[in-house]
Amino acid sequence: MSDPNPDLVCSNLTKAFDDFVAVDQVSFEVPQGSFFSILGPSGCGKTTLLRMIAGFQAPTSGDLRIKGKSMIGVPPNKRPVSMVFQHLALFPTMNIGDNVGFGLRQRGVGKSEIRERVERVLERVGLPGVAERRIGQISGGQRQRVAIARCMVLEPDVLLLDEPLGALDLKLREHMKVELKSLQAAFNTTFVYITHDQSEALVMSDNIAVMNRGRFSQIGTPHEVYHAPSTAFVAGFVGEANRIDGRITAQNGGALTFTTDSGAEMKIDAPASGLRTGDRAQAFLRPEAIEMVSTGEGLNVSGGVVENVLFNGANSSATIKDQTGTILTVALPQTGPFATLRKGDAVFTRWDPSRARCYPVTEG
Amino acid sequence: MVSDSSRLGFYLLLAPILLWLVVLIILPHVGLFVVSISEKIGPREYETGFGNYATFFSEPLYWRTFARTAIMSILATALTLILGFPIAYYIAKLTRGRTKTTLFLMCMIPFWVSELVRTYGWMILLRETGVISNLLQAIGFADGPVEMLYNDAAIMVGLVYTSILFMVVPLVTTLDSLDDSLIEAGYDLGGTSTAVMREIVIPHAMPGIVSGCIVVFMLSLGNYLTPILLGGKDSLWFTGMIYTQFITRFNWELGSAFGFLLLVLSSLVVFAGLKLSRQSLTETMGRT
Repeated sequence: MSDPNPDLVCSNLTKAFDDFVAVDQVSFEVPQGSFFSILGPSGCGKTTLLRMIAGFQAPTSGDLRIKGKSMIGVPPNKRPVSMVFQHLALFPTMNIGDNVGFGLRQRGVGKSEIRERVERVLERVGLPGVAERRIGQISGGQRQRVAIARCMVLEPDVLLLDEPLGALDLKLREHMKVELKSLQAAFNTTFVYITHDQSEALVMSDNIAVMNRGRFSQIGTPHEVYHAPSTAFVAGFVGEANRIDGRITAQNGGALTFTTDSGAEMKIDAPASGLRTGDRAQAFLRPEAIEMVSTGEGLNVSGGVVENVLFNGANSSATIKDQTGTILTVALPQTGPFATLRKGDAVFTRWDPSRARCYPVTEG
Repeated sequence: MVSDSSRLGFYLLLAPILLWLVVLIILPHVGLFVVSISEKIGPREYETGFGNYATFFSEPLYWRTFARTAIMSILATALTLILGFPIAYYIAKLTRGRTKTTLFLMCMIPFWVSELVRTYGWMILLRETGVISNLLQAIGFADGPVEMLYNDAAIMVGLVYTSILFMVVPLVTTLDSLDDSLIEAGYDLGGTSTAVMREIVIPHAMPGIVSGCIVVFMLSLGNYLTPILLGGKDSLWFTGMIYTQFITRFNWELGSAFGFLLLVLSSLVVFAGLKLSRQSLTETMGRT
């Protein structure tokens, strides 16, 4: 985030509608050539933010700079950004070559040069020789690549992507995630990608901004966002987590004693949480941070009974209910001694106090 | 059993349209054609031949009126398209919800009144002692009464007014089905408003444009009331001529020949229009 000439800078960008604020004082920078994701639940304002960058909506206040130039008041057809729409918005009345060449035609590029550049960009996205075909004759994944080619042929400074993988089936989506990332690396163009799917954001991004109610909750690398979420919202939204409500009953520097509402006591290391004895708090614990053991010794060890086994291949998990009735979701490795765990089995759970995150409960 | 009863249902459902086609369309036309190829050679004496058609081509008044009707109808269709497209675009793309419904209804309200009454409305506006004439005199643009009725422009106004709804409805339907993100994508890729209109909106709306044009052209070509009332006795319209042959002259043979020629003419123009716009009739009618 210390690029001296970031491609895209938003400062205090705000979009207010009659009765609510969709985007509230958002500031961020996207360095050249990086993959930046905006991750948030639907209705958090991410689409409005993207449409402001593209120029379809004008911000109420704040500034938006692309390559150092303010874009306020610049219409979408004059901005050096291109957008891949949610449903791709390929023109059904044109063949693929005309679709990809549309932007070049608007710039008045000569016919033979258009044909050449279209063919070159189609080759780069791995679709050589499809220019004469119609949109309906290619598959969903290929259409995705045509949509990207249609933008990339214009060599935009910033490429905006509005959840383009949403309409694809799961297998193809997994495949396209990897492909998008490698396309981004190959073109070395700045990508701004919005999604509500945390795995898309985690897999592809250099940086992720987690957005909630019109504000950025956290900006960081996927690793930071996942392992060091700065707010309770981020901890709960990104990745799976067990959320436990309780109260701080003792505090010694960063070492907290957290008592759940059902009465279980837990030790949590949270050096910078600012929590004090007596505060209401929420603890977040990743399923993979909890391990299952067969003996009950040490810190944060509690006995419980398997409530349910949710088999999902490598992502299998089990829900375990401890004596106080707290239910924890625990990752269930399919290669360990617990691979054959059944409902009703008694096990112990153990977790490291530094793997849990603890946040003060905010009212409302 | 199942297939028998479903087949019966199929024929029952098909029956009204078949009746319609055979009784109301095919039979009268066959009759008309038979009448049109019988030449009168004496009282109650007829001979089969194409003499009636020959009369049409040998008499300049007939084929000139014929050509005039065709050209004015094409012009009226073009004008209706030029006027109707922005209205349809506004309704389909720039308004939402209630406003959209209201505007659409407002387009339709004039059609709750009979065509005759509407045409008289225009006469009240355009005649020598009419509203516009008086207004022009009041603000000093004209010294005396201005007659705006009984000319080709008045016919054109009437034709466009009568048929604009039939242009707006199919256009609104096709433009409604155009995804807004396609228009946005056009702008996003650097297109100007003109380019987006020409390369994205119009190609998408083409089936609607063509079907609207076909309907409006047919309506104008076959219109009788508007040209007679607004055009007066100097403005001949081919339907008026057919009427004269049947009713005034009592020459059913020539009238039938004229009727048949009108059918051929409208089919030819529609065919040419489809070829020019590279649309097929099935696609055009199927989409709207």
